[in-house]
Amino acid sequence: MNFKTITTAVALVGASIALAACQGTAGYEPNPYDSMDGGIWSGYKTASVETQAMQNDDFENPAMPWVDAAAELYDKADGEANVSCADCHGAPDDETGGLKHIPMKGVGASYPAFDPETNKPINIEMRINQCRTKYQKAKAYKYESDEMLGMTGLVAMQSRGMERVSTADFPDDKLNAFWKKGEEFYYQRRGQLDLACSNCHEDNPGNMIRAERLSQGQSNGFPTYRLKWQKPGSLHRRFRGCNKNIRAQPYGYGSDEYMNLETYLAWRGRGLPIEAVSVRK
Amino acid sequence: MKHAKLMTAAFGLALAGTIATGAQAAELVNYKIVDETIPQSLTGKPGDAAKGKKIVIHRKKGNCLACHVMPIPEQQFHGLTGTDLNGVGSRLDEATLRMRLVDPKVINDGTMMPSFYKTGQHRVLKKFIGKTILNAQEVEDIVAYLMTLK
Repeated sequence: MNFKTITTAVALVGASIALAACQGTAGYEPNPYDSMDGGIWSGYKTASVETQAMQNDDFENPAMPWVDAAAELYDKADGEANVSCADCHGAPDDETGGLKHIPMKGVGASYPAFDPETNKPINIEMRINQCRTKYQKAKAYKYESDEMLGMTGLVAMQSRGMERVSTADFPDDKLNAFWKKGEEFYYQRRGQLDLACSNCHEDNPGNMIRAERLSQGQSNGFPTYRLKWQKPGSLHRRFRGCNKNIRAQPYGYGSDEYMNLETYLAWRGRGLPIEAVSVRK
Repeated sequence: MKHAKLMTAAFGLALAGTIATGAQAAELVNYKIVDETIPQSLTGKPGDAAKGKKIVIHRKKGNCLACHVMPIPEQQFHGLTGTDLNGVGSRLDEATLRMRLVDPKVINDGTMMPSFYKTGQHRVLKKFIGKTILNAQEVEDIVAYLMTLK
């Protein structure tokens, strides 16, 4: 061990001591979220009081015009089959699920689900389009269209307050292989900034990146109305935004990669109440 | 021990060599890692501390304030995920700071901090492929600035 090595070692030890001593200095409030019972929490918790108030009241929630428009579409016969969503499922809040006994309540809390037709996970957006093309014989909605966002919101919000469930970590769960790939994605560094989802959302939730407080990256509020977007947006839109922020090439809407990640995130957020359509800054 | 250190340096060079096969990597300066430090200036020129301060603030360049508290009170909202950089010029030497800017993962492979002078990360957005976050002189300017934080 030469002198240089010793100097470096001393400098490094010194740096770590200084690091430890500097935490929570410089006039900053201690992070009120880093000791949050070590459990999971929704981005709602760190939203401003004004933003929370918007989400709490459907008359204030700016996503509701999209949901209202979708509620009209829900009742309207469409496609060559000339049937409406309501014809099969009953009203969105009909807990008996109408003629087909498939209620909308619970969908938002349990999706993504395994789709035996494609042998892949399927989210609400894809399920809506499956219904449209297969049963209504209508044209699929575009992923991020107003119709799709409104309809996804309408379906998801029937599960408001219900706890997210996922058993994708069970080896015999049909989603297990996709859950595993989603986990790999979550921990893989990417982009010029070389960051994994975990660097921000697992290691630093509640911490500040300049004026932004990092969330746990939970998906229980989606689709969400982002004030920054001035409209509701899908979880995959948020993934794409996150990827671009770290200068990583995003994947497509509804891509296998994002479906795996969505499957994994649902599992991470199990137990959180569904908030759709949430409001965030 | 000394042998192990030399191995690390050799690995660092090998890594730099791998990167040098990338598209625009010819522009990357070939630097030498010694005991997890880079003793030599990347440009052979001293950094400009005043320019360095501008780069640490610039959101598309260093953007150091995203994660670090720094003695720059005129800028609001310093991030809190990284180490407080007040006094960093007394705690770390120039060669260590240069290493921590160029590729901090050589020192700590779990760090959240980006490597500011490196290419070849996974799935880089097309317009940034083969490009480093900072150029060699910008790294030197930041090193010079950080050394003033006594």
